[in-house]
Order: sequence, then structure tokens, then C-alpha cells
Amino acid sequence: MQFGIMSVSDITRDPVSGRTPSEAERIENIVKIAVHAEEVGLDVFAIGEHHNPPFFSSSPTTLLAHIAALTKTLTVTTSTTLITTNDPVRLAEEYAMLQHLAKGRMDLMLGRGNTAPVYPWFGQDIRQGLPLALENYNLLHRLWREDVVDWEGQFRTPLQGFTSTPRPLDDVPPFVWHGSIRTPEIAEQAAFYGNGYFANNIFWPKEHYKRLITFYRQRFEHYGHGTRKQAVVGLGGQAFIAKNSQEAHDQFRPYFDEAPVYGNGPRMEDFEEMTPLSVGSPQEVIDKTLTFREAFGDYQRQLFLIDHAGLPVDMVLHQLDMLGEHVVPVLREELESRRDPEAPSNPPSHADLVKAKYGDATPRQPRPNANRGDNVTGGSPYQDSESAVDSYPTL
Amino acid sequence: MTDFRLVVVSAGVSDPSSTRLLADRATQRVTTLAKERGHAVSVTTIDLRELLQELPAALSSQLLGPRFARAVDALLAADAVIAAAPVYKAGASGLFTSFFQVLDNDLLIGKPVILAATAGTARHALVVDEEMRALFAYLRALPVPTSLFASTEDWTDTALATRIDRAARELVLLMESGFARAVRDDAWGAYQHSYGSGGGTELGIDLGSDLMRLATGGSLRPSTDDDPFDPRKG
Repeated sequence: MQFGIMSVSDITRDPVSGRTPSEAERIENIVKIAVHAEEVGLDVFAIGEHHNPPFFSSSPTTLLAHIAALTKTLTVTTSTTLITTNDPVRLAEEYAMLQHLAKGRMDLMLGRGNTAPVYPWFGQDIRQGLPLALENYNLLHRLWREDVVDWEGQFRTPLQGFTSTPRPLDDVPPFVWHGSIRTPEIAEQAAFYGNGYFANNIFWPKEHYKRLITFYRQRFEHYGHGTRKQAVVGLGGQAFIAKNSQEAHDQFRPYFDEAPVYGNGPRMEDFEEMTPLSVGSPQEVIDKTLTFREAFGDYQRQLFLIDHAGLPVDMVLHQLDMLGEHVVPVLREELESRRDPEAPSNPPSHADLVKAKYGDATPRQPRPNANRGDNVTGGSPYQDSESAVDSYPTL
Repeated sequence: MTDFRLVVVSAGVSDPSSTRLLADRATQRVTTLAKERGHAVSVTTIDLRELLQELPAALSSQLLGPRFARAVDALLAADAVIAAAPVYKAGASGLFTSFFQVLDNDLLIGKPVILAATAGTARHALVVDEEMRALFAYLRALPVPTSLFASTEDWTDTALATRIDRAARELVLLMESGFARAVRDDAWGAYQHSYGSGGGTELGIDLGSDLMRLATGGSLRPSTDDDPFDPRKG
């Protein structure tokens, strides 16, 4: 079972001190937070993608490559990568590059983005958001699996003889999660391709998320990727931990009350009762998190949101200490002891995917043919393909 | 002889409230008329001020508290609705409007509704027809032709009782017609729904849609079979 944290990359005024961190500070701090996540024994760090203030994470692969370089075991991923406003060709290139630099310690989660004005900045239209997401992923999927792609769709310029470089590490595409909380088509796409499905599990009662997770599991089985229990499910969640319940509530309340997503809406206690939010002692957070498994079945990845709403970096680092010391070890043990033997403990790692593709054979390492002046069109650009031409006749 | 479920939504905030009073008079009249015609009516009243504490969460996070959830269940099962609001500053009260804005768009499709409003002055009389009726048109509910409006002077005017009687009769006739049920049984798919709408009842997934084909590796591009100039056809 993987545990980690996910950040939306908001730069929010600390309602207690009244201070808003600069972009520079927040970026420096997120690196500290990610590195510390590994230090306290967590497995995953996820960063969101936004293209408007007050967020800093417009370029997740740059940040994640840096974090991967500073860590040894941490898996870096996204929460989420915008599959709508990004060109799938650029996504194929950037994330393959990240995969190489991170030595496979990465995956990515695709989401649509719900800020209407962002779409036209990238030449898109939010009203086409869903078909755009579906079509873009169809293309991304092929770009990582076929050396040379001819493609024509509704939204993007057609491709003729296009090769996305670099080819994925060991010619094994990164594992992909599809994040969605209310769109059956996204769950269907995740199931069709045998990819992971992630529910943010933050805003609504868990019954709400259960519907699509159940649907995804059924369809995963339908498409022959394994049984329902073997489907790869990830969940979000938000936690704030202190020594005891009272302290947790006192410390977190000012941040909750002014949080951009909850801001001045519900009472924290109501929100705790109705949604997966857990504020309390380690034991309370453990108990609440264990209810996720009861609702959704055995799952493979749990990401907590702990750094938003202006929480100062020291507090976030302390939250990581609490998670790593008092919460995650217990959850690991509890969840593993309850896990159905059929359900995998982890989402597939790069090593798992290499093994699945090659068994014990050596992975493919694509080597391009020499630049012959026409390698932007047709044929295969790699030496091991059937149509490879060693050299052109010369005069 | 049919059993009808009538749901009364009142946005009056004082106790007693003249809005609730107007709603109650209409309710009584509907119940009596229905009985005369051989139907039993069960009445559920939703006093919106009891939902006030849950309103911020509903408005800001679409998170419905337990009272909201019960209100949605009642409306979902309703055969007819009486919706009554006080008029403040030339509009139906914010509580009333907020409540209906939070509901799913497809919760009230085809259901007959008596619209009622109270106000301190007759100058607000058109709020029911010009504002509330538009809201219910958006929700694709079926407001009865006669709207109810009571400002201070109307309470002593026998004409109010006549209008209440007329509106109640219209509501009973529309309930009897079975229109809302027929829409649900025969034409439901012709209305727009989203996953989980209809108060959480819209859970059907059409696996044969264009988008589902796209989700499973298909294309949205029109087939080129009919294009005589398609060079790929050789």
C-alpha cells in the first residue's frame, strides 16, 4: 500500500499570521515538503497543475524531476496533469523525459481542469472538455506505445509519421491514473485501458465516490485486465493531525474556515461528519481512513492533502512527522492485514511493468538510426525495427 | 382513488409566518378538493428556515446536509408541490431562491406546482409570475395557471380564497392527469441529466454513446465513407 501527499500548489495567505508567501518561498518549500515526505517514510508525492494565480505549479515535470533527483525511493506523480489544455504530444515527451530522469519512479494522473478561462488561453474550449480529455488520452496512449504514429482527431492537428521522443524508459510507458469524481466516461476510459482510477475523496460523502469506483472495477474486469479486486484504485483525503482531538481542531480551524475550497461555508465539524475530512488525534485519523477501505474495497494508493489553505511550512513538515510516525505505519499494517489476497498491495511500479512486458528478457533500448536528412518522415527511426535501413547508398 | 404526495415548501422565516399561512391555506384546499374527488393526500412540509444552517455548505460546496437530503427525497417522491416565498426587495426571498438553485435541474420535471408569495405591499404582486414562474420553468416544473399572492390587504379580501380555490383545483386536476409520472415513464430520457442528478437517482450509464466510444479508443471524426473526394479511398 502506498501512502503519500498531494498538493494543489495554492499560494494562500496564512490566516493566522496574515502573511502570504511569495512564489519563490512556496516553490522552495514544496521541495522541502516533498523531500521530507520521503524522510518520514511516505511513498508518493503528487503535485497539481494550474495556469493561473494563486497557484505556482504550471510546470509539474520540471518540479518533479528536481524532486526525483533529491530523493531515492519517492514516487513522483501529479494531481492532476491537465489532459485537456495540454497538447498530448507535449505530455508524451515531457513525462517520458521525467520517467528517464526519475529512473521510473514516477507516474501521472490525468484530470480535466474546471477553470473555464484557462481553456481559451491554450486554444481550447471548456464546453469540449470531456471529448477533448478522452481524445487526447487516446493519442497519448499511442504515442508511448508506437514508435511512429499517424493520427487524426477532432481537436488536434493531424500527425503523420510522428515519433515522440524520448521513447519511454525501457520502452515501457508510465503508469497512468485517471482522476474523476462524477464522469462515467473517464472511469470507462481508465477501465478500458487497464489504467488506475483515482477519486479525490475530499468534498463529498464517500457514498458519492463509491458509485464510480464500483463502476470502474466492473468495467476493468469486463475488459479483461483482471478481477474487480485487482483494479487499481487510488484515493485522496484530507487530514490534520495533532496530539489530541481538541488541539487538532483548534489549530486547524482558522485554516479550514478560510480555505479557498471550503471558505466561509460549512462548519468544520459538519464537514468532518459528512465528508472524508479527518481532523484529530492519530487514532482518529487512522479510524477514519480505515473507513475508506470499507466503502471502496482494497485500494493501492492513499494521498493526503496537507499543505493547502495557507498552512505554514513548519506546520506542514510537522504534519508529515505525525503521518510518518503515528498514522501511516499503523494504516499500513491494518490495511495489509485486512487485504484480500487477490487485491494487489501497490499500483504497478516501473519494475512491475518491465517484468510484465519482458519477463526475464532484457528490455528494449531504442537506438535511433543515423540522421539521414529525412528522419522526420515515414519509416521507423529506430535500429531495431523491421523497416530500419542501416545506411543509404551513397555515390 | 389515488394516494397523492404533496410537498409544501415554505420560505417564511417568522413564526407564525404569513408565507406559511398562505401555503397552509392552499394545502388545506388541495387536500379537501382531492378528498372530494376520492383521493387521499399525504402532506410533507419543508420549512426552509430549518435548513438555514445547512445552506452555506450547500451553496459553497454542493454538500447537502441531512435535512437537505430529506427535503430532496421528499421532492423526488412528490406528486405535486406548493412553493411559497416572502417577497423581499422586489424578489422572492434569498432563502427560497437559494434552496431551488441548489437542487438538481431534473428533480422537479413535469411536477405540478402552486406558486405563492406574500409581501408587505401590492407593488410586489408580479414577482410570482415574472420571477418565480421563470425559476420553475427552468426546472421544467409545471406551475399551475393561477398564482397566489397575498399582500397586507389581501388577507381580508374574499378574492384570495377564490384564487386559492382555483389554484388548488388546477393542482388537483394536474395531479390526477398523471402528467409528471407519464413524463418520467415515457419521456425521461429526452431531458438532460447528469450522472448522479435527479437527487442521486440518475445512475444509468449509456455505454453506447459517442463519448463512450471515444473513451474506449474510438474517434469522434465523422466517417469518411461518404466522401467521394477522400484520397485515402484510392
